[in-house]
Amino acid sequence: MRLDLTRIQPWIAPGSRVLDLGCGDGEFLHRLQAECQVRGMGLEIDPGQLTAAVSRGLNVVEQNMDEGLGNFPDQSFDTVVMAHALQAVHYPDRVLDEMLRIGREGIVTFPNFGHWRCRLYLGTRGRMPVSKFMPYSWYDTPNIHFCTVDDFEALCRSKGIRILDREMVGNTERRPLLAGAWPNLFAVTAIYRLSR
Amino acid sequence: MRHGATDTAGSVGIVTPQTARFDEPLMLACGRALAPYELVYETYGTLNATRSNAVLICHALSGHHHAAGYHSETDRKPGWWDEYIGPGKPIDSNRFFIVSLNNLGGCHGSTGPTAINPDTGKPWGPDFPPLRARDWVHSQARLADRLGISSWAAVIGGSLGGMQAMRWALEYPERVKHCVVIASAMKLSAQNIAFNEIARHAIQSDPDFAEGRYLEQGNLPAKGLGLARMVGHITYLSDDAMAAKFGRDLRSGTLERGGEDDVEFQVQSYLRYQGSQFSGSFDANTYILMTRALDYFDLAREYGDDPVAAFRHARCSFLVISFSTDWRFSPARSREIVDALIAADRPVTYAEIEANEGHDAFLMPIPRYRELFAAYMQRVGDA
Repeated sequence: MRLDLTRIQPWIAPGSRVLDLGCGDGEFLHRLQAECQVRGMGLEIDPGQLTAAVSRGLNVVEQNMDEGLGNFPDQSFDTVVMAHALQAVHYPDRVLDEMLRIGREGIVTFPNFGHWRCRLYLGTRGRMPVSKFMPYSWYDTPNIHFCTVDDFEALCRSKGIRILDREMVGNTERRPLLAGAWPNLFAVTAIYRLSR
Repeated sequence: MRHGATDTAGSVGIVTPQTARFDEPLMLACGRALAPYELVYETYGTLNATRSNAVLICHALSGHHHAAGYHSETDRKPGWWDEYIGPGKPIDSNRFFIVSLNNLGGCHGSTGPTAINPDTGKPWGPDFPPLRARDWVHSQARLADRLGISSWAAVIGGSLGGMQAMRWALEYPERVKHCVVIASAMKLSAQNIAFNEIARHAIQSDPDFAEGRYLEQGNLPAKGLGLARMVGHITYLSDDAMAAKFGRDLRSGTLERGGEDDVEFQVQSYLRYQGSQFSGSFDANTYILMTRALDYFDLAREYGDDPVAAFRHARCSFLVISFSTDWRFSPARSREIVDALIAADRPVTYAEIEANEGHDAFLMPIPRYRELFAAYMQRVGDA
């Protein structure tokens, strides 16, 4: 399983209600249901991924986050997760608000655009970074709202969102010392646990 | 029309309808009691030892019990949902015991307006009691009792059938584990009712209708019923589907000068064919009765008009499916169901299938629809 998802799991209480925004093929939610007995629900817009998640026995609703989440009642979930989708939504700030309206806590993961490799790529080549991790060209990418760790934390401050926990994933699976100390420069993936 | 979708899946083969007779009166929503009555039904697959694999199919406006397989070796067409019912198909007869009946008030063998009214010795005709979806659900529950089925693994229906499936979830929450609602709605819109009214008016305006007593007079309001079906059929298809199927193609004459014939455009010929086929195989009073049941269906009315309060009574999981070009029961109607289920904290899976076929898509072999349906039914069987 993806590293960011492994890090999230300890933050989710057994038996709690979890909404996974952009649940993909449901790998993470399925694992949470199997290992933590959560009551899970997923949102997904890709037809193939949705069917794959349904095949895992998950409850998944086809719904585009960009068209709002107003159909979910206030505080109806314990945790709302959005893994690697923040950079792909039209209004990341509104989605964050909605996550913390619907859930007691929100968990967000995103690729850190401030990573030194991105900076080096942009700084030396003067072109938008393309890598194994971010494989798209600027004109044809689902990722329309890249941000850095510092950008994200500034947004949380301006919105009065509390950061309960954060984890940084570096280049290697070893203890990410550099990413922990200077996340804006060394974190490949940032993981946040948020509340109001 | 076959997309080769069912190449690897089989047919349930030759099936024989059965009839269940009920003598105990059924109290109807209209306040009248009906007794005795008969329900004709078919079953596919085998009921397991724990009786936990039974699935009920609820039919739509013009449907009936013959949902899958063939009635004889020479039968040309299989049952109406053969694409989805059979060995290896989404509603897999290797796993499930599938029950499909003709609803009360129908005209394919179950007691309805064409049956003899025991009080008069004549066909019921227009005197057959008006029915609501809940009456069908209660009669289906009695059939379940008769078959020894205390709980359905799933109740499944498209269109009007989906309304029955939802009503099942509210009327008998402890007897439904999964509810599959396809191309349906919690209630009809004014536009839906308007189309049904045109259909009824067409039938009632036919001189051969004779206030509904056409059978006693040895007549059939074939023109009126055909016209009703023509109107209905347009609402089942999408603009795109009609454009793709017929376009502006002519059967005779030329676009420059027109023609001498009555039927010039291909779409005219198609509609007339559909109308005449239908009027030869369906009963006009049943059509009126079924469209009224549709018009009056309102899932949440008795729950303070609150669909969330209504669905809180359900105990099952839901699969809701809509089709992108369905304008009779549009995806927005299905979303209302899904939103109410979410707000009521019921487990729900929903997908809007891209399909050109309009409302009729629910009967068609569409790969994404089939895969999703099969994936969900896998879970129904595993439970």
